[in-house]
Amino acid sequence: MKEARLMQGNEACAEGAIAAGVRFFAGYPITPSTEVAETMAKLLPQHGGKFVQMEDEIASFGAVLGASLAGMKAMDATSGPGFSLKQELIGYAACAEIPAVLVDVQRVGPSTGQPTATSQGDVMQARWGTHGDHPMIALAPWTVRETFDATVMAVNYAERFRTPVILLMDETVGHLRENVELPDGDEIYVYPRRKPKKTRAEGYEPYAPDTDLVPNVADFGLGYHIHVTGLIHDETGFPSGSPDVTTASIDRLHQKIEIARDEITHFDEFFMDDAEYAVVAFGGTARTAYESVLSARKQGMHVGMIRLMTIWPFADKEISSAAEKVKGLLVPELNYGQLVHEVERAAAGKCAVKSLTKYNKEIFTPEEIVSALNDLTGGAR
Amino acid sequence: MMKQLRFSGSGGQGVITAAIIFAEAAVMEGKYAVQSQSYGPEARGGASKAEVIISDEPVWHPHVEVPDVVLAMTQKAADKYYKDINPDGVLVLDEQLVPEPPDFSNVIRIPITKYAIEKLGKPLFANIIALGALVKVTGLVDIDDVKTCVSRRVPPHTVEKNMQALDIGYGSVK
Repeated sequence: MKEARLMQGNEACAEGAIAAGVRFFAGYPITPSTEVAETMAKLLPQHGGKFVQMEDEIASFGAVLGASLAGMKAMDATSGPGFSLKQELIGYAACAEIPAVLVDVQRVGPSTGQPTATSQGDVMQARWGTHGDHPMIALAPWTVRETFDATVMAVNYAERFRTPVILLMDETVGHLRENVELPDGDEIYVYPRRKPKKTRAEGYEPYAPDTDLVPNVADFGLGYHIHVTGLIHDETGFPSGSPDVTTASIDRLHQKIEIARDEITHFDEFFMDDAEYAVVAFGGTARTAYESVLSARKQGMHVGMIRLMTIWPFADKEISSAAEKVKGLLVPELNYGQLVHEVERAAAGKCAVKSLTKYNKEIFTPEEIVSALNDLTGGAR
Repeated sequence: MMKQLRFSGSGGQGVITAAIIFAEAAVMEGKYAVQSQSYGPEARGGASKAEVIISDEPVWHPHVEVPDVVLAMTQKAADKYYKDINPDGVLVLDEQLVPEPPDFSNVIRIPITKYAIEKLGKPLFANIIALGALVKVTGLVDIDDVKTCVSRRVPPHTVEKNMQALDIGYGSVK
């Protein structure tokens, strides 16, 4: 039998990265993500990998993209201020289709904000932080064990879709220590690096999409001629000024993820069978929300919960069908109100949507969420 | 069973380490434990607080709401962190560093840092003395399991002194 260990969320993230095959990490340590880098610095040399502490945040993500193009599964970890700096290269990775994972352990912003205090203020930055039309995948774990699993998933999705993936953690889970039993290596699914299916003689084009709309771009060093650019490019990888190529490129970037949308939308439903009202929560806040829901049900309230792990793409369909069923949704989040706008959009007026926000460095107490539920339900039992 | 513990003091006194070791011992014994912390941006000197919840069931909300035990290693921490204590709880104080104990019914005063200096030659053993005292006060974990966890965490050449520190703390509570 496996023995439970006390492990921190940030450590579990690093363990997950190693399990998923990440062998390169470049970073510029920042609270509250530092333990991710610290643990990677310890683990990578034991697994034949490379750890580089770079001169700044931008260079870190640049090194990660370079390593990825050269064939290494690569990751970087940061917090809000670093996340802001890396946005340009996140867009570059989206356009040039470079697999990479960026961990953002959220703290209070804007700017340097409250460096040691928890927050969920980067929900929208994760989606729209870089310019232009592009898809985004962001996953938000709520337990230390799920941080391991979500990191493995983030690496797999980065590789499968050749896209940057954000692991949207918060300080609450990043710094939390709790019981963890990690899976054995043979229980973990690892998506392999995509390889060219044709030779140069057979007419290989690096950005020609496979049947899943993702190109099999050859790693540097495999003997192919590869050109990588943030300019809109055709299947050769070289820039194209064509309106048709531009439309097709942006369409394909979105469609390669849209066609897999159901597979990558992860969420939990609790007590939704008899729920008249429900809480929609994610990350560390979902832990308090879950305890609040248990407590509200003990008081006789018919309350359920939807816990989102996939933040982007947003779980539109799931929220829409919940909104048809319940009278109201409560959205607690540690920010001025971000995810609630997506919930409102998906609910489309089919039920009441109430925002519960907090941005004073503290997490919610169970009483605050129960009290908001009481307000929403009008005390209905 | 669910018990909530708060370890508080000044950055650099090692209260977070003491809390982590307490939680590790509980996990080793098959209990559920969550450990969290809050501290300022300073490496040393700012207010420092660590919390541990020990339970037979998984713990969801990760922070302490009503502590059953509060350890305070400075006057500032004592004044700030004892207020929401369970009326049946215990407040454990460093006798010299908290010269004015808060007005609470169940206070245990131990010369924690004084013992560390006089009996072990260095104030840095204070957190392990405090840990030993909390093991005795709470009865939640076995002192031998705590010794195992401390031995795994500290540099090898300091194991013996750390074991003495645990015994001093454990023995200081009647």
